[in-house]
Amino acid sequence: MLKDITLGQYYPAESKIHSLDVRVKLLAVLCYMVFLFFNNSAAGYGINIAVLAVIIKLTKIPPKQMIKGLRSVLFLLLFSVFFTIFFTKGENMIFSIGIIHISWQGIFLAVKICLRIFLLILMSAVLTLTTTPTDLADGMEKACAPLVKIRVPVHEIAMMITIALRFIPVLAEETDKIMRAQKARGADFESGGLVKKAKGLVPIFIPLIVSSVKRSSDLALAMEARCYRGGEGRTKMKPLVYKKSDKTAYFVIAGYAVVMVVVKCIF
Amino acid sequence: MFQAQKIKKIIEIKNLVHKFTDRDEEGNVISEKYAVDSVSLDVNRGDFIAILGHNGSGKSTLAKHINAILLPSRGTLLVNGKDTSQEENLWEVRKSAGMVFQNPDNQMVASVVEEDVGFGLENLGVPTPDIWKRVEQALQAVGMSEYRRYSPSRLSGGQKQRVAIAGILAMKPDCIVLDEPTSMLDPGGRREVLDTLHELNKKEHVTIILITHHMDEVIHADKVFVMNQGKIAISGTPQEVFSQYEKIREAGMELPVVTELAYLLNRRGLSLPAGIINRKVFTEELRKCFLKPCEIFGCSESNEKKWVSAAKKEVLFSLRNISYVYSPDSVYRKQALKNISFDIYQGEFLGIVGHTGSGKSTLIQHLNGLNKASSGELLFKGRNIYEESNGFPALRKKVGLVFQYPEYQLFEATVLQDVCFGPRNLGFSKEEAEEFAKHALEQVGIGEECYELSPFELSGGQKRRVAIAGVLAMNPEVLILDEPAAALDPRGRDEIFDILKKLHKNSNTTIILVSHSMEDVAKYTERMIVLDCGEKKMDDIPVHIFRRHSELEKMGLAAPQVVYIMEDLKKAGLQVNTDVLNIEEAAEEICQRLKEAWK
Repeated sequence: MLKDITLGQYYPAESKIHSLDVRVKLLAVLCYMVFLFFNNSAAGYGINIAVLAVIIKLTKIPPKQMIKGLRSVLFLLLFSVFFTIFFTKGENMIFSIGIIHISWQGIFLAVKICLRIFLLILMSAVLTLTTTPTDLADGMEKACAPLVKIRVPVHEIAMMITIALRFIPVLAEETDKIMRAQKARGADFESGGLVKKAKGLVPIFIPLIVSSVKRSSDLALAMEARCYRGGEGRTKMKPLVYKKSDKTAYFVIAGYAVVMVVVKCIF
Repeated sequence: MFQAQKIKKIIEIKNLVHKFTDRDEEGNVISEKYAVDSVSLDVNRGDFIAILGHNGSGKSTLAKHINAILLPSRGTLLVNGKDTSQEENLWEVRKSAGMVFQNPDNQMVASVVEEDVGFGLENLGVPTPDIWKRVEQALQAVGMSEYRRYSPSRLSGGQKQRVAIAGILAMKPDCIVLDEPTSMLDPGGRREVLDTLHELNKKEHVTIILITHHMDEVIHADKVFVMNQGKIAISGTPQEVFSQYEKIREAGMELPVVTELAYLLNRRGLSLPAGIINRKVFTEELRKCFLKPCEIFGCSESNEKKWVSAAKKEVLFSLRNISYVYSPDSVYRKQALKNISFDIYQGEFLGIVGHTGSGKSTLIQHLNGLNKASSGELLFKGRNIYEESNGFPALRKKVGLVFQYPEYQLFEATVLQDVCFGPRNLGFSKEEAEEFAKHALEQVGIGEECYELSPFELSGGQKRRVAIAGVLAMNPEVLILDEPAAALDPRGRDEIFDILKKLHKNSNTTIILVSHSMEDVAKYTERMIVLDCGEKKMDDIPVHIFRRHSELEKMGLAAPQVVYIMEDLKKAGLQVNTDVLNIEEAAEEICQRLKEAWK
């Protein structure tokens, strides 16, 4: 049933990575990305691959689940590989007709780009697989808190994300219901050309919008009735508090950064 | 201590007026409507108060004043001694008068139960450790502790409302206002919520203000107010209120079953005391009548029962071992129907009952091809639908299905266009479609003056009827309705069922009614099918099914209340036949037995 859809791709498990504070994870991902681009040497790649392997092992998520996430970017991957291989001019040419050149440098570069995207995607998959969407929204709110000074409504955005997450299953179920109801009135969503199909969506979207507006005004009333008045003066039931393991993780990240800088200087 | 000087009157309303003003684009007043018209009432601390009224009587508008969501146009409203119209009192007022709304889904903010309960406390700036303590207590008070880590979408309607109550309770309010909290729930959910409210009232001494149009929910209230046209029409204890039959009718309400039965008997010559609201009292009083003959009017002589089932007609549908599995390949795999077989006859008025999740909605969607059975056969007029290439579209033309809350499917600019949607999809020309649509609208009692209105301008009951017309316009041979009266007030409900009754009688349409209201099913259907956990448990005429009410109770269902009243009489030694379907039949039966006894 539609209400069973999973949001994001959170994979529940009990692991050291799952229990880390979301802020730590956000910083780690950011750090990893920076050094991935900063370090171009074989040694750099070697260390980054090793680090990722260890982290994936720690998450206790089956590698199969990880690879699943890669499927969606396969096209992007092939696309960039294709262009780098065929359009990079190098000294050691293997093959060349017109504008198409294949060189050892090209192949080497393609492998590097491929690897880089691969590692990036996997690392962000670790983040989304081990963190619930709600936590992610919380973490973003906290991490972006300084932006309030330049008038970015950080709390409001985080609240919107939280509410959106809450209502996605509700609306998914409702869409299913409305579709069935219109089908029962003889509507046909399957056959016909693009224009007919697009027109066929009107009887679904209008009721859906009408009910969403109703829901949001109901919800606004219910929130006001429960004394909601924006982010000011609010406390948190589940505030983000650093645990001992989070502090350790910060040291690990710092260590990683030092190693990467040293590697960069040597190679 | 400050707490010691609590004010006895928690809510004081004096001459409250709320005026809705309609303005045109230039800001000129088009019309003014008094939604609440000089209402005065007081609520004492610790009381259980009920406010009754039909849709549009002003009861919800009044409720929103107590929480300062709306402010009075005139008059004053004090909550805990604080005037709601003073802005500095706003948060104090909202803290002491919490509010629970009708739609269980639209009032939950968080994706985890415990976080939702804590939402109000976060807003109040309560320190984190206290939030946890109070959330824990609140969840315990409504009996939802074990669900604290659940996502709201995994809860039933009744459970969601209990979570909403916990969310208010955690804020430690002096009173809770509930605006039709049970109107979207099934009988089991309603009982859950009411039991919770009574327990909170008794154990935690929370003042409860319950707004509803279900009579049986207010029998145990300390005080009842009935609203009509923005005014309080009747007030008093439940007994006082329910002795005023005419006034209640005038306000668009009905009496609790036992009170109505007593009233009918009195009209025929008995002299039972007015306003009986308790089955036990009724039995006692009636026993006295058996000893004291008097004259009885309008009692038919014949003893024959008219509910003997009509002769079996032509078979329309044949279901053979229908099974249905949801998401067969995923972890959420669920067998919704197991080996269901039965026939549906031409011109029948069939009832399908079962609690939420018993598979009844899944089953009816098989009958017009929205679901295809995982195994089994479906025969329509002797032809196997699953083997015919054109089976589903052909079936959908003949079988109209009205979903629960069908008004949510309305989408066109005008009422007439919306009703035309079905026939147009079937390939009829614009003129033909309009002709069908007009006929259908006439059948549901929507007049020509509404044709060019937007469907969203109509009242709740009207919208429902337009949506039903949308299916009727396709001229179906079979009409299936899933809870057609859900969330309507008694007047709206009767309107819908009158339409169905007429359709069944005049055009011989086969009607299949899906409902969890046994009262309605008993009143209108000729045969019932009882589903439980995806299996067919009973298939019989209603009286036979209600004889097995103890089995029904195990499935989370129940027989109509009249059956239980008659059972009580029988247990008390009065020789009555318990095979009754409605209040009129019960009154007739009692009168006949009385006559016999007096001979």
